[in-house]
Amino acid sequence: MSVLVILEERNGKISRTSWEAAAAAQQLAGTNPVIAAVLGAQTESLAAEAAAKPFAKVIRVEHALLAPYTPDAFTAALRQLIQKESPTHIVFPHTYQVRDYAPALATRMGQVLLGDVIAIEDGPVFTRQLMQGRLNGEYKHTGSGPCFVSVQAGAFRGSDDAGPQQTKAQIELFRPSLDPAQIRTKPGEPFRGSAQTVDLGSAQLIVSVGRGIREAENLPLVEELAKALGAELAASRPICDNGWLPMERQVGSSGQSVAPKLYLAVGISGAIQHLVGMKGSQCIVAINKDPDAPIFEVADYGIVGDLFEVVPALTEAIKAAR
Amino acid sequence: MKIIVAIKQVPERDAPLRIASDAKGIEERELQWAMNEPDAYALEEALQLKEKHGGEVVIVSAGPERVGATIREALAKGADRGIHIVADDLAARDALGVAQLLAAAVKPESPDLVLTGLQSEDLGLGQTGVILAELLNLPHASLILQVEISSADSPQAQIKAKRELEEGWFQSIEMPTPAVLTIQSGGNKLRYATLMGIKRAKTKELRTLDATSLGAAAAPVAVLDKITLPQKKKSTQIIPGAAKEAAATLVEKLKSEARVL
Repeated sequence: MSVLVILEERNGKISRTSWEAAAAAQQLAGTNPVIAAVLGAQTESLAAEAAAKPFAKVIRVEHALLAPYTPDAFTAALRQLIQKESPTHIVFPHTYQVRDYAPALATRMGQVLLGDVIAIEDGPVFTRQLMQGRLNGEYKHTGSGPCFVSVQAGAFRGSDDAGPQQTKAQIELFRPSLDPAQIRTKPGEPFRGSAQTVDLGSAQLIVSVGRGIREAENLPLVEELAKALGAELAASRPICDNGWLPMERQVGSSGQSVAPKLYLAVGISGAIQHLVGMKGSQCIVAINKDPDAPIFEVADYGIVGDLFEVVPALTEAIKAAR
Repeated sequence: MKIIVAIKQVPERDAPLRIASDAKGIEERELQWAMNEPDAYALEEALQLKEKHGGEVVIVSAGPERVGATIREALAKGADRGIHIVADDLAARDALGVAQLLAAAVKPESPDLVLTGLQSEDLGLGQTGVILAELLNLPHASLILQVEISSADSPQAQIKAKRELEEGWFQSIEMPTPAVLTIQSGGNKLRYATLMGIKRAKTKELRTLDATSLGAAAAPVAVLDKITLPQKKKSTQIIPGAAKEAAATLVEKLKSEARVL
């Protein structure tokens, strides 16, 4: 077995989720070697950062056409690298970028990406979530070719701390052959959405509302609760998708990440996209009618019941206690 | 322009789930089914593009007989016709196996644009659109919120799409047609089917294609071996009692135990 891990850059450094993918790769490899690859037009400093970790080697996959990111260039470059190195497993962080090209790369090599994996057991058996986190599925790779795996943010413990290792991993340069004509999409510069006026990140108390509220007309119910607590109001993605609350109040992977003292989740089932944005909260309370809702897996306190009864009662109880 | 929307039928969101006795699927008896919500956003984008530029919206969906109802729902919302790939073995196929079926049905249609939701609410693989693009040898972009098309009537039609990045960032992506886009939810407001639409849908063309006529399924590479219930990592205190009583207990615990109030 040999494992190749693909590291991504964020703000000039190797991203946190990449270190988590590296940890997953190490776990998968056991005592076998793990090779790391960084891709881009300029990869020297990223490779140097990676080389401080106990990788068998670090490969700089470098080409002018690898920046900015396009799925066509990344797919072509990685296919060449995989053919040269022939790893048995390739591990990625499950980022938006990986979701954009890794399924195509796997397809081109006659394989299927095992995406958004949360655990790896002996076998190897790869666990991923089904039905919005309500069930887990254990997958096996049965193909004869390389096995492609992407790991969910936060599922593995990764660190950029190099540890006690003294010697640096050897760095190799790999120049894929890429042709501008292969690249069919033209990406623009990233830009920010509308200016954010709500900073949920610094809020101490947050009341967050999800699909369980059913209709925009019912929102005053949670607004009352937030007011009684002196809390900021936030929401899961579907509420903002429907335009019931502005996008800037959205908590989750596509919104803001928060870590208040108290996060009170009302009618939120707890899809992973939401959980990643709030599971660092000091105390989590969930009110949901479904006792099997995944939100209860991260909650400290839960009330299983009809939010239309529980929320007004809670608002009254808070008013009475203050 | 001709737009194909690939749609999946999934268990209704609040449906109670039971693991099947072989632990390889969920118990389908008594289950209610619905259109995968991200696919509903893909359909909405397609219908709006048609309203702007004219053309045709074609639905393609794979699955057993029950899938016909979800295709009819899309026709009631305004799609022009549907293709139902009748397949009873979807669970035995991996993401590539399902995408191969869709690609075989889409290819002879020579669409200008293929749209699909970015992921399904049941398996959550989030790969079908990207694999489809690779199989059809078309450019693609994922996590798209808005689509603009210039010179829609010409073979040189160009797409400009707004793509969602992480942490509140976006970018715009340009590409030629034909292309495949996977649509993120929230870019548009979903429409409801009108009574007239529901009536019209009954007379619209819904063609069935037998999956076996689209070529033999390759052996799956990724195999779902066992479905289990997630293990709780944290011990959650479930507060019992009627609403009023539970609320009072919770406030007390938040004050004296968790000390967050």
